[in-house]
Amino acid sequence: MPAATVGAGRPRGLLASLTTPLLDVLTYPHGPDRYLEMLDPAWSTRQVRAEITDVCHRAPGTVTVLARPNRVWRGFSAGQHVQLSVDIEGARRSRCYSIVTSEQDRSGRLEFTVHAEPDGLVSNHLQQLRPGTVVGLSQAQGPFTLPSPRPEHVVLISGGSGITPVMSIARTLRDEDRGGSVTLLHYARTAADVAYREELDELAASGVRVLRSYTREGSGELSGHFCAEHLAGITDAPAWVSGPATLVEGVREHWSTAGLEAELTVEHFTPPAPAPIPDDGAPTGEVSFGDRAVSNSGAPLLEQAEVAGLELPYGCRRGICFSCTQRKTSGTVRYRTSGALSTEPDSDIQLCVTVPIGDVTIDL
Amino acid sequence: MQSLSQKEPTQLTDEQIEAFGAEMDAIRRRVVSQLGEEDAAYIRAVVDAQRKLEIAGRAMLMVGVFPPAWLGGVAALALSKIIDNMEIGHNVMHGQYDWMGDNALNSRDFEWDIVSSAELWKRSHNFQHHTYTNIVGKDRDIGYLMLRITPEQRWNPYYLGNPVYAVLLSFFFQWGVMLHDLEADQLVTGEKSWDEVSDDGKKMAGKALRQVAKDYVLFPALSGPFFLFTLTGNASANMIRNLWAFAIIFCGHFPEEVQTFTEEEAANESRGQWYRRQLLGSGNITGSALFHLMSGNLSHQIEHHLFPDLPARRYQAIAVEVREACERYGLPYNTGGLTKQLGSVFRQLVTLAMPWSAGPSQPREERSALESVKAA
Ligand code: FES
Repeated sequence: MPAATVGAGRPRGLLASLTTPLLDVLTYPHGPDRYLEMLDPAWSTRQVRAEITDVCHRAPGTVTVLARPNRVWRGFSAGQHVQLSVDIEGARRSRCYSIVTSEQDRSGRLEFTVHAEPDGLVSNHLQQLRPGTVVGLSQAQGPFTLPSPRPEHVVLISGGSGITPVMSIARTLRDEDRGGSVTLLHYARTAADVAYREELDELAASGVRVLRSYTREGSGELSGHFCAEHLAGITDAPAWVSGPATLVEGVREHWSTAGLEAELTVEHFTPPAPAPIPDDGAPTGEVSFGDRAVSNSGAPLLEQAEVAGLELPYGCRRGICFSCTQRKTSGTVRYRTSGALSTEPDSDIQLCVTVPIGDVTIDL
Repeated sequence: MQSLSQKEPTQLTDEQIEAFGAEMDAIRRRVVSQLGEEDAAYIRAVVDAQRKLEIAGRAMLMVGVFPPAWLGGVAALALSKIIDNMEIGHNVMHGQYDWMGDNALNSRDFEWDIVSSAELWKRSHNFQHHTYTNIVGKDRDIGYLMLRITPEQRWNPYYLGNPVYAVLLSFFFQWGVMLHDLEADQLVTGEKSWDEVSDDGKKMAGKALRQVAKDYVLFPALSGPFFLFTLTGNASANMIRNLWAFAIIFCGHFPEEVQTFTEEEAANESRGQWYRRQLLGSGNITGSALFHLMSGNLSHQIEHHLFPDLPARRYQAIAVEVREACERYGLPYNTGGLTKQLGSVFRQLVTLAMPWSAGPSQPREERSALESVKAA
C-alpha cells in the first residue's frame, strides 16, 4: 500500500503530548476529549473529526466540500472511502463517501463530492453544509486501491456519482507522473450532471485518455451504455470500476469472459436497496450474527441468536434494561414495543424486542 | 413502604389494567416519535454545564487555602458530580440517548464519576431493579440489602440499628452502591460463584482505584503545599453528592405509601400489570425545574419507572398525562415535597427497627434470599 499522506507523518504535537496517562487519570472517567472539545470542536485524541473549510456546488444536486481532518487521521490510499457522520435531528447518521483527493495532495484537506439521492436523508442534508461545520470521519477504508508498484496501463470506469474514487486514482496517477497510460471511461446522463467535467477536460489535456458517454444527450466520445467496443482494443489491463450495479455487472462480465476477473477491482456505488416491508408479515431474509447466519424465523433477534447457538448477554428480555444492545450494521428491524422501524445502518438496537424484516446483519 | 395486602389499591379488572397499559404504550410511542434536536441539545447543554462546573471546582480547590475558594470549589465540584451521576450518568446508562448515536452519550460506553463501575451498576440497576421493581427478594434496591424499609423484610435483631445504618449509608453512599453492585451477598445464597464475584471485584477495584487516585492523590498533589485543602474539598464534594443521591433515591421507592410486591404477585404479569407495578412501586418528589435537574429527574420516579429509556427531560410533560390517567382509573399517584417524602422514609426506617413492628403480610415457607443474607 502506498504511503498514507494527508495528515500523516506530522511530529507529535501539543495534543499528542497531552494524551499522557496522567491526563487520562485527571480526566477520568470521561477522557480528555470531553474537555478539549470545549476549546475546539474538531479536537480529539481518539476520534477523527474534520472541519469543513470550503463548500461549492459544481453540478445540480451535488455539493463538493473540503474538510480538514484532525491529527487522529492516519491518511488514505487513492480510491478509499470514509464513513462521514453528521447529526441530523439530534441523531448521528453515517454514510460512506469516497475521498476525491490525490494521494500526493499536501494541503491537509480531503475533498468529497456528495450527490443528493432521492429520499437520501444524509446526502440531502449534506447539500446544506456550511464552512466551519465539524463532521465525524472514520479512518480511510476499502480495497478499491492501486497496487504498488503501479501497473503500466490502468483502466478506470465510472458511472454517475461513482466518479469520485476514480478521480482520486486518476489525480494520483497524474501527480505521480510515472509514465504508462491511463484510460478513463465515464458514463453520465448529461454533461451538466458531472461535477468534475472541467477536470476531466484537464486530465484529457494532460495525456489521460478520457472517453465519455452522456447517455441522455447521446453526446461524448462514446455512445450509449458500457459495451466491449468502448474499450477500443484494451484487452488485458487491470481495471477499476465504480458505479451503479448495471455498469459494474456489465464490466465484470466483459473482464470475466476475457478470463481476467482477477484484474478487476470493483466499488459498488449504490447501496443495496433496503428490503421492502412485506405486508403479510411473513418472515423473509437472512440474519447474520457476526459470521453465523440463520434464515429469519420472525422471532426477536435475541431468540434467533440463541437458536443459532450463540450466547449473547441479556437481562430483562422485554426492552427495559438495554443489556442485549448490539450494533446492527445493515437491514431493517421492527421494535415490538413501539412498532417503530429502524432502517439506519450502524445503529444500536435491543435484540430482545426487535424483529428482523428481510436481511439483517448484526456485528458481534 | 407498604405491602400490597396492607393497603389495597383500587381493584381494577384485567381489562382496565390492560387499557391503562395501552394508554402508557401510546404515550411512549408518541414521545419516541418526537425525539430529536431539542433532546440532543438539552443533554449536550447539561454536559457542558457539568464540565464547566467541574473545571471551576477543581481550579478553586487548587487554591483552597482561601476559604471562599474552598467553599466555592466544594460547591461547584459537588454540583458537577451530582449532575454527572444523576441527570447525565444514570439517564445515559439507561439508554435514554442511545438513539443519538453519540459514543460519548451511549449506554454501552458511558462511565460515570463515582466509584461503582458502569457495567456492574447497569446490571443491578437497569436489569434487576427496573425489571423486578419492589419485588421483595428480587429487587436488591429494597433497603440496599442493609436496611429494613418494608415490613415484608422479616425483622431480626440486626435491624435495631436501622436508623444508624441509614445515616452511615447516606454518608458513604457511593461505596454502598459499589458493594451492592458487586452482589457479594449472592455468594451466601449460592446465586453467584466465588469466581464471578472475584472477577467483578477486580473490575470494581480498578474503577474505585482510579476514582481515589484522581480525587485523593493526583489533584491534591497538583495543589502542592495546599494539598490538604484540595483533599478535604474533594472529600466534601463526594460526600455532598452521597447525601443528595441517597435522599433522592430513597424518596423514589421507600416512602410509606409506596408498595412492595411478592414474587407470586409479579409472576407472569402482562404489560398492563407491569406498568401498574411500576406505578405503585414509585413515588415522585415535587419541586422546581432546578430541583428536577439536580435530581436527574428522579423526582419523576414514577414516569422514570414507566418509561426508563425515554429522555428524562420529557418526564415533566409526561407526568401530566400519567397523573390524569391515574385519576381516571382510580390508581394512586404518590407524590409529595422532599421534606414530606424524606420524613416518611425516616419514619419507616425508625419504625421498622423496632421488634414489635409489623412483619411480612403472609407467612413464607422459605425466607427470601434477602433475609437469609441479613441473618448470616
Ligand atoms: S434484555 Fe433487557 S432490554 Fe433486552
